[in-house]
Amino acid sequence: MGATLEIRNLHVSINGTPILKGVNLTLNQGETHALMGPNGSGKSTLAYALMGHPAYTVDAGQVIFDGVEVLELEADERSRLGLFLAFQYPVAVPGVSVANFLRSAINSRRKSINAEDQGITIPQFRKLLTQKMDLLGIDHKFAGRYLNEGFSGGEKKRNEILQLATLEPRVAILDETDSGLDIDALRIVADGVNKLKGPDLGVLIITHYKRMLDYLQPEHIHLMMDGRIVESGGPELAEEVEAAGYKPFFEKHGVEVTEE
Amino acid sequence: MSERLTNDEKALRYINDEYLTKYGFHDTEEFYSIKREKGLSEEVVRWISALKGEPEWMTDFRVRAYHTFLGKSMPTWGADLSGIDFDDIRYFVRATDRQESSWDEVPTEIKDTFDKLGIPEAEQKFLSGVGAQYESEMVYHKVREDLENKGVLFLDMDSGLREHPELVREYFGTIIPSTDNKFAALNSAVWSGGSFIYVPPGVHIDLPLQAYFRINTENMGQFERTLIIVDEGAFVHYVEGCTAPVWKSDSLHSAVVEIIVKKGGRCRYTTIQNWSGNVYNLVTKRAVAYQNATMEWVDANLGSKVTMKYPAVYLMEPGAHGEVLSIAFAGSGQHQDAGGKIVHVAPNTTSRIISKSISKDDGRASYRGLLKVHEGATGVRSNVVCDALLLNPESRSDTYPYIEVEENDVTIGHEASVSKVGEEQLFYLMSRGLSEAEANTMVVNGFIEPLAKELPIEFSLELRRLIEIQLEGSVG
Repeated sequence: MGATLEIRNLHVSINGTPILKGVNLTLNQGETHALMGPNGSGKSTLAYALMGHPAYTVDAGQVIFDGVEVLELEADERSRLGLFLAFQYPVAVPGVSVANFLRSAINSRRKSINAEDQGITIPQFRKLLTQKMDLLGIDHKFAGRYLNEGFSGGEKKRNEILQLATLEPRVAILDETDSGLDIDALRIVADGVNKLKGPDLGVLIITHYKRMLDYLQPEHIHLMMDGRIVESGGPELAEEVEAAGYKPFFEKHGVEVTEE
Repeated sequence: MSERLTNDEKALRYINDEYLTKYGFHDTEEFYSIKREKGLSEEVVRWISALKGEPEWMTDFRVRAYHTFLGKSMPTWGADLSGIDFDDIRYFVRATDRQESSWDEVPTEIKDTFDKLGIPEAEQKFLSGVGAQYESEMVYHKVREDLENKGVLFLDMDSGLREHPELVREYFGTIIPSTDNKFAALNSAVWSGGSFIYVPPGVHIDLPLQAYFRINTENMGQFERTLIIVDEGAFVHYVEGCTAPVWKSDSLHSAVVEIIVKKGGRCRYTTIQNWSGNVYNLVTKRAVAYQNATMEWVDANLGSKVTMKYPAVYLMEPGAHGEVLSIAFAGSGQHQDAGGKIVHVAPNTTSRIISKSISKDDGRASYRGLLKVHEGATGVRSNVVCDALLLNPESRSDTYPYIEVEENDVTIGHEASVSKVGEEQLFYLMSRGLSEAEANTMVVNGFIEPLAKELPIEFSLELRRLIEIQLEGSVG
């Protein structure tokens, strides 16, 4: 049995402004879910709040992952528990190579399990990283580049997927991984995610475009509006959104339209 | 060896005549193990010179410098030096009674001290080329045989003066005259130890020459003096690393380093300093580079209460190139006032200054740099980059970039940046499983990476380790 991520009545605010107003969602390891919704509906807030960004205040609710109260934990502890967030805007860390960063991340995880752990050896790590880069069709030179520094939009997203592949979390949240990508880059990134999908990985895809979903074929679709999940369903829900836009859903759920 | 002892005996005899009865020393042993009382006078300066059995010109040089020191006022710019009490400093301390000719003869307790510095591998590796300074003087010094065969001189400065007086006299004090500044004058008066290196024409020394320094007597002044002469087409990389235990009261380190790089030669001088938090570290470093010669200063400053250090390169002839790569880490209660100075005297000379400073807690790191281009020095190209990283809201960084250009036909770039370890960076790294402390360290290590990679690998590791130690406990 895989782990379950259970979000119960989650309320989150930023600087006193409520953004999430009671989110409920359950995702099992091995499942692929999509969270759709217009800009400003709270999708990215949910992603950051799940990962533990300090600027997001949880006002009420619970998040349980594999039986553990996630909201009590720091971001690094959540990561080591098996949660992963692929950032919409990955941050540059000058002078830190992708390889050095990933190796440190792996070692931190190993040390958290066993304080005596000596860390992954360099040959072992090199083999692992090479294998993951080959799987995702990433040039080996990538490993030596400084983390997100001078990366194109597509490179940043591929780097996120490489981290996902290397760290092997149990549940990954992909926060608008499709944003800013042209169609070719999108396909490459989506292919990468597809290769990683399987019984050991649960995926929550956050997007407001359907094209990402065409590649990833999630079984579960959730529609978020004004800080709540207003509808959940199968792939047909995404088709409806694609065909009619969000407007009918705004009316149906009595949400004020705040088009940007 | 025997000549050296003879010199010491001569010195002793002189002391016997002039000072011994006065100071109440009755035998050799007692004499050698003496720690000078605190404070400075012409008498003390003459005593130091006599003890070393120096030639008269050096004694005169010291005495003149002492009077220059008295006449010079304290710098009114830079860091706060009001805590220095010149009367509360010992100006000469001798750890062992003579130079050790081989590592085996170095006393165990001294070796233990070096072990505690965590540098045994580097020590062992370069054993035959190491000059290790313990207290005021080198206790161990042996020039590797192949260096000797190549005609390279690598001695402590005292031995250099004894064994190669004519070479020393030709260059000593010519790059940094004792009148340069108050602390150069002080060093000139009371200097002891340091390195003397001469690399003959065309000789490339592949392994870095290393010396380890530390202050380990309370209230002890350390005034080492280094002179490096790189002859035409020759190359040397000299590395000095320093650590010091914490003492209760203030301590002064005031070194002078002079370097001459002749036509087509190259010298790289790397420093990693980690003084204890009470040390005033006031160092004058200057090099001259002649035609097509290259001089590079790689300067990493950690620790100390106050550091004022601006390694300089004077580009004297066409084709000369100068670099200053400076890393400063200012922790709580510390002020690092560091930078570099490049003077383009000749046309078609090039230079680069890269400064990286990190301020933690209420630490203050200042970049102070001078880029000067003389009239007629056409075709000069220079680039200055200074980046500051602030770790805490109360951390401070200042930039004082002075650029004086007296020529139109020059290309000069200048960039400065101040950044903070951002919440977003930390969150990003932590979301991959790094603890907050690990994330902080990673950002800082990344920040210094462009300079750290210029260091020999073991020093790069040591620098990272020192920075990790400095960062420990900085986050909750």
